[in-house]
Amino acid sequence: MVGLWIVLAAVVVAVAFGGYRALTDGRFRGTHEVKGASSDPVDEGREASLEAIQEAPEETTWTALGEAVAKVQPGERATLVQFSSAFCAPCRATKRILGDVAGVVPGVVHVEIDAEHHLEVVRRLGVLRTPTTLILDGTGHEIARAAGAPRKQQVLSALP
Amino acid sequence: MSATTAPASATDAQHRQGIDPRGPQFTAAITAVVLIAVLLLPPFVAGVLTAVQAVLFAIGAARGVQHTVHAALFKRFVRPLLAAPSELEDPAPPRFAQAVGLAFTAVALIGYATGLTLLGQIAIGFALVAALLNAIFRFCLGCEMYLLMKRVTPQTT
Repeated sequence: MVGLWIVLAAVVVAVAFGGYRALTDGRFRGTHEVKGASSDPVDEGREASLEAIQEAPEETTWTALGEAVAKVQPGERATLVQFSSAFCAPCRATKRILGDVAGVVPGVVHVEIDAEHHLEVVRRLGVLRTPTTLILDGTGHEIARAAGAPRKQQVLSALP
Repeated sequence: MSATTAPASATDAQHRQGIDPRGPQFTAAITAVVLIAVLLLPPFVAGVLTAVQAVLFAIGAARGVQHTVHAALFKRFVRPLLAAPSELEDPAPPRFAQAVGLAFTAVALIGYATGLTLLGQIAIGFALVAALLNAIFRFCLGCEMYLLMKRVTPQTT
């Protein structure tokens, strides 16, 4: 009898959780304030985007990524930062979709970070799942993030 | 422009050959049926069936999901009925999930063996949630737990 109740409970939990995930996966939510970095109330770096990142030691999401993105130049319009891990089935599809967007839209760069090898950054930016995609604007500030594989249209409409 | 800084595992995985994602999904569906049977059968039979499922999980974890009994059934009977897959999948995530399944069935086995039937049933219940999520939504719960576990364990390397 107990077994039957556990079966029913497992079915309800699985359908509820899976349904919730299917609805919210890949949806970009505005984050605005930078997790793990001091926010800049003046917001003056926005016009001088690239110079601002290179010259001023201002804390942005991009600088918080640190050596994880050492070899990459951020995009002038936006940078799509994808956190992946070895045991992640939807990371492959996400990589293809974000790569497509970066290939089609000028000024957009796609960076993939292996979450496992950059756990400090993962903790600091509050990344809980893979794939998680952060959209950074031209100044390196996070403007939106999505957990789960996004559709191409969701990425395009979330771009700054 | 697209750049990647993901070293070792993640990039290696992309060079490896992919598998049909419906294979692991089929495996999960069979697993869910077995786990439901475990929960509905009397304790002794349930314990024996749990041991069988633990062996099946162990095969999947040790040899990879494409070399299991389920995979052979899938290739022989199910795939001929399906269209070609739209996208191939990395075999590493479902293989890891098999190891997570093995851990839960091991706990359940201890429960059934020591007379703690409720412990066994609860452990099987968790495994059933994971199997159903995989079978219905192709969602890999064990894979999600991987990063969370990594996050809480202090970095040793």
